[in-house]
Amino acid sequence: MKYLHLIWAALMRRKARTLFTLFSVLAAFLLFGLLDSVRSAFNTASSNVAGVDRLISVSKVSFALSLPKSLYARIQAVPGVTQVSYANWFGGIYQDQRNFFPSEAVADNFLDLYPEWELPEAQRQAFRHTRTGAVVGQSLAERFGWKIGDKIPLQATIFPQKGGSNTWTFDLVGIFRAKNPEQRGNENIFFFNWDYFDEARQFGNGNIGWYAERIADRTQTDKVAQAIDALSTESDHETKTQTEQSFTAALVSQFADIGLIVGAIMAAVFFTLILLTGNTMAQAVRERIPELAVMKTLGFTSKSVLGLLLAESVVLLAIGAAVGLVLAGGTVIGVRAKLGAAIPLSPVGGAIWLRGLALAAVIGLIVGVLPAVRGMRLRIVDALSGR
Amino acid sequence: MPSPAAKSSSRPKWVAQARASATLVGYFAIPIGVLLLSPWWLLLGIVAVLAILIATTRAGRQVWSVTRIGIATIPQRLGSSSVVVVGIAGVVAVLVAMLSMAQGFAVTLKETGTDDTAIVMRAGAQTELNSVIDHDTATLVSQAPQVVHGPNGQAIASPELVVIAALPKKATGLDANVEVRGVGERAWDLRPRVKIVEGRRFKPGLRELIVGKGAREQFVGVEPGATLKLNGQIWTVVGEFDSNDSHNSELWGDTDIVGSTYRRGSSTTSVTVRLTSASAFDAFKAGLKTDPRLQVDVNTTRQYYNQQSDTLAQIIRVLGTTVGVIMAVGAVFGALNTMYAAVAVRTREIATLRAMGFRGTPVIVSVMIETLLLAFLGGSLGALVAWLVFNGYTASTLGANFSAVVFSFDVTPALLWNGLKWALTMGLLGGLLPALRAARMPVTVGLREL
Repeated sequence: MKYLHLIWAALMRRKARTLFTLFSVLAAFLLFGLLDSVRSAFNTASSNVAGVDRLISVSKVSFALSLPKSLYARIQAVPGVTQVSYANWFGGIYQDQRNFFPSEAVADNFLDLYPEWELPEAQRQAFRHTRTGAVVGQSLAERFGWKIGDKIPLQATIFPQKGGSNTWTFDLVGIFRAKNPEQRGNENIFFFNWDYFDEARQFGNGNIGWYAERIADRTQTDKVAQAIDALSTESDHETKTQTEQSFTAALVSQFADIGLIVGAIMAAVFFTLILLTGNTMAQAVRERIPELAVMKTLGFTSKSVLGLLLAESVVLLAIGAAVGLVLAGGTVIGVRAKLGAAIPLSPVGGAIWLRGLALAAVIGLIVGVLPAVRGMRLRIVDALSGR
Repeated sequence: MPSPAAKSSSRPKWVAQARASATLVGYFAIPIGVLLLSPWWLLLGIVAVLAILIATTRAGRQVWSVTRIGIATIPQRLGSSSVVVVGIAGVVAVLVAMLSMAQGFAVTLKETGTDDTAIVMRAGAQTELNSVIDHDTATLVSQAPQVVHGPNGQAIASPELVVIAALPKKATGLDANVEVRGVGERAWDLRPRVKIVEGRRFKPGLRELIVGKGAREQFVGVEPGATLKLNGQIWTVVGEFDSNDSHNSELWGDTDIVGSTYRRGSSTTSVTVRLTSASAFDAFKAGLKTDPRLQVDVNTTRQYYNQQSDTLAQIIRVLGTTVGVIMAVGAVFGALNTMYAAVAVRTREIATLRAMGFRGTPVIVSVMIETLLLAFLGGSLGALVAWLVFNGYTASTLGANFSAVVFSFDVTPALLWNGLKWALTMGLLGGLLPALRAARMPVTVGLREL
């Protein structure tokens, strides 16, 4: 710590160079923050901690096929299953196709399986008792300026009403909020009552999109899933039951290998950054060889010279990384405020900061080590005489 | 407290500074604007004019001699010069790769549609997967007067049924959705691009499938000769087709048999027809829309597939450009550092040249030429890497029908040129300030530098 001013003086020796390097580092970590935010958003979607004790049963052939309602009672009887609910994809469009958000018809006990959504009890009751009632996540409500009591028309893409109309009108009776702020991105969803849906739709009545089950013991996941699937083996509606987590993960991985894309970009960015700052550090040390020799003459040990030079590059990287991550955080907040959850971004929180700063330290050490070792091995006589 | 006099005397300085920065903006904005907007021939022309100027004028010869020294000393500064090259190469490679992904996806879907075939779905359905068309509707659609008839008098119309099957993917081993398309007998006339490359066509009435080239690459157990289970029934893959468009991601079978396997009865998801000409579309659409017996949406297949590609391709483009811009900012600062260092090393030499009577402009131009040369190298390297690694690289994403759309990255010459323009822009930004500094330094100060 007592050498901090020395490090500072070394960095300020050529202000322009330090500033330019800092900007390069900043750009790299701004990008890191943004990409890591996208990656975490996709990851939290699939590693929803609250979802580990929930199973999803869909048709084995494809999740677009429906299942008979007769399974409901039979699944409920499977040992280890504490609660069963069901839902159906609706895929409605609000005003314009570009306003896409998921909309689902859900059974009246569906939200009981999702304790991570906070919905005031009065609104929960209202949802139960309003036939055309709907509840939405707060992010979604904010995106379109919806308030409780609003009538919201959705255009059906799959399910016209009996009589052929594509317009379904819902009464907004509740707005729920994710308990965990990291999951605000998942609030972009629209639930409405199963009974209204099933009575009014033109076809498919009585069939179910998927079953959701809550289980008593999360170590028994596989056993319970197999028991549920055994109910329909060799029938014409075989099911495939898996944890909600692996169901979502499989779906996300079909969109794109986000990890691979993000990883490839970050590899290119940091490879370039290491070369760039490594070159700058080498230059900075080369210029200061006489000064370093003087320091050694004054009694600085080789080790402390090594430490000083390493610290210099780590400090440079850390400052750049910190500013870059702050900017990334600001950008994420700005984008989310403007576009809602249209782009999956998770807030730049503790985990991203930790990864970013660790990365900064590692890169700082990598780019600092060669110049620092050169400084350490310096022989005073040679350095002072300019050899 | 500053006196009023001091205030007023500071104004000219402020004005001068503003003017200086305005000039600087001009220095940057004009060449960059030209660079980013210009087609290749204009740039080549500028380079040619520069070359002629250098060869024929006195100032040009000065530029040439200063540039020669600069370039000759690059090997001595190999480390820092290669930083510029690699930095810019990285940006260009990432940018070109991302844009080629968007390009490949967009092209794959756009190639699928034409202006003279139309797709009819249930009103509001948006995608085939959401749509249901009953048998009567399908018949009415194919009876429209604008539909072409084949030699035996049959309408060139294909009632099609899109369903999804979950099959394991080669890359992950996990089940992913693949589109199974039941097609009518006339599908081959509707889509002449579809060519059987192995085996044979499926026989109508049998549980036989043919597999698209892309689907075969991405999924396990769909090669010709394989059998697979769809909704409990055994199907045989009898051939592979290549259509060079998004149908390559699908498995094809007979509509009626797919329908009975998935218990759809006689309903389908869409009807595709060939129209007498592209201009007949409006009449065709109007005819179906006004028919009280029908509730359908009518699009040309080109409209339908373009609409599917637009959103995703646009998202990838915006993301790619954003990533590219941020990386470019980092690379420009790296280039600035390098070029300032390059100028600093040569301070005495430049000052000597100035003392001998060389003007400032040749110095500026020569530093710029050097930077642009490095940037050009970097841009070419990055473009080359992107082309070698990514051209033809196949990937898949979930399409509008909730099933895999297989596409290849398409590194087009236009994208490579675009990347090169970015590289030169970064070179300009990174070289101009150091060049100005080299030219503006007072000779006496420069000569005293170590």
